[in-house]
Amino acid sequence: MKYVIIGNSAAAVGAVEAIRKNDKEGRIVIVSNENYHVYSRPLISYLLLGKTNEEKMKYRNDDFYRENRCELKLNKTAQRLDIKQKQVIFEDGDAESYDKLLIATGSSPFIPPVQGLDKVKSMYTFTTLDDAKALDNALSENSKVLIVGAGLIGLKCAEGISKKKVEISCIDLSYKVLSSILDDEGSEIIKRHLQDNKIRLYLKRHIIEFKENIAMLDDGTEIPFDVLVMAVGVRPNISLVKDAGGRTNRGIIIDERCQTSIPDVYAAGDCCESMDISSGEAKVMALLPNAYMQGECAGMNMSGLDFVFDKAIPMNAIGLFGKHIITAGTYSGDVYFETDGKNYKKLFYSDNKLNGFILIGDVAKAGIYTALIREKTPLDTLNFELICKTPGLMAFSKRARGEMLGGIKSEAVSS
Amino acid sequence: MKRVYVNENWCLGCHLCEYYCAFASTNEKDMARALKGIKISPRIRVEEMDGISFAVSCRHCNEPLCVKGCITGALTRVDGIIMIDKDKCISCYTCVLCCPYGAVSPSEDGAVLKCELCIKTYSRTPMCVKGCPNEAIVFEERGE
Repeated sequence: MKYVIIGNSAAAVGAVEAIRKNDKEGRIVIVSNENYHVYSRPLISYLLLGKTNEEKMKYRNDDFYRENRCELKLNKTAQRLDIKQKQVIFEDGDAESYDKLLIATGSSPFIPPVQGLDKVKSMYTFTTLDDAKALDNALSENSKVLIVGAGLIGLKCAEGISKKKVEISCIDLSYKVLSSILDDEGSEIIKRHLQDNKIRLYLKRHIIEFKENIAMLDDGTEIPFDVLVMAVGVRPNISLVKDAGGRTNRGIIIDERCQTSIPDVYAAGDCCESMDISSGEAKVMALLPNAYMQGECAGMNMSGLDFVFDKAIPMNAIGLFGKHIITAGTYSGDVYFETDGKNYKKLFYSDNKLNGFILIGDVAKAGIYTALIREKTPLDTLNFELICKTPGLMAFSKRARGEMLGGIKSEAVSS
Repeated sequence: MKRVYVNENWCLGCHLCEYYCAFASTNEKDMARALKGIKISPRIRVEEMDGISFAVSCRHCNEPLCVKGCITGALTRVDGIIMIDKDKCISCYTCVLCCPYGAVSPSEDGAVLKCELCIKTYSRTPMCVKGCPNEAIVFEERGE
């Protein structure tokens, strides 16, 4: 059996680790368009902040490829699939045949068309290690940095460069920061926190034109900058599958076995769209845990097992200037809400199940809420009032605790 | 493999497990001296309410969501034990988001806190187990 994996990040690692549980002999070829040992992309902001370094950023140790007997091909870009011959064709003309193929190509920054953008010399994106290094090189003391996009990428970038004595402005179309994961009130808390940390925010505005090193906003404001970071969002890299006639939407469409519509071709990670079980809608959920688990699921099925990953939900853990935010699921239904001005908690529930939550500040034991969403735990089986206030195992039945903490199989328990 | 199991019927709610846990990570010889005047950050925590109490620590899951979700690779499963590389951890709390038991704790010390069954300490038996006065916490093989 010959496995080919296009991509060299979390989904690829998940696949390799799963394949090697079942198939010690088959060939695994990993192809990356970058030139690095597998590293954790979300850590690039921590790299600029000085909280990690290139060595510690390695997502798996130096022996990973050797121990898992992977052939690693770096600096190589896949151009197209020949699904009849079961081959991947590369930009340099090489071809690699496969028995089972995994597309784990991730996503790419989306650069919106803005008048005059082509004249901006110092423009950067912020999703790869090379991006981070290039941005770092472009910064000098007192640089004025304009970040377009106040989402996860833009704000982590702002935090990453905040210790470098630079002036940071951040602009977003939305009236909220972190609009993809926060409600209005949660966003207000983070907005104030960012402003307290000297990030200048320009919300509900957009850039109509760039004039050399000045961004002209729709309300007439002019923001001068030395360095521009485009962080409005990312787009899944779907072209390999799309051009080969596979089903795609915003992302590559996969089933719960992480199979695409093309035989023997699987896909996992940020390039995919899959079922969000908290909303029942297919979505691109570009999150590292989902990427790993989709990759793992694909690897299991590629190596001959029958394995389903049907527990994907949107979820995020992010820290900004010392404030932690954990969110998961879908924000619909009835609301439980508490705040003391510093900490903020909102739970969303309906039809006897938890749909989603937002925690800011005190995030301890958040995973207990995540599990309720993921497992669709009927809320009438636990002390809901208690668990709203205090996430803990106390809210579960004694029998459930016996299973969780005592290793007791449910039929053996007399409650 | 051997795991820490908890029997809430026998838990006294004395919190000694928390103190023994905190003591274990100091690698000191004298518990009173090691813990005097410090705020402890144990990897096992007692939940208590209305006369019910029990200790919660890492279950060392066979399919660990914290390890699968870890964005840095700091959490790994080695011979069944979920270990943390404190040097790699950047306290993003993705594991706090993922753990269904609330058994990975946030910490301001640069790395999250979790039970490693005392294998990095001198103790062969986890210290919470050794210190429990009523055998409400045991370390044994139960075929999981």
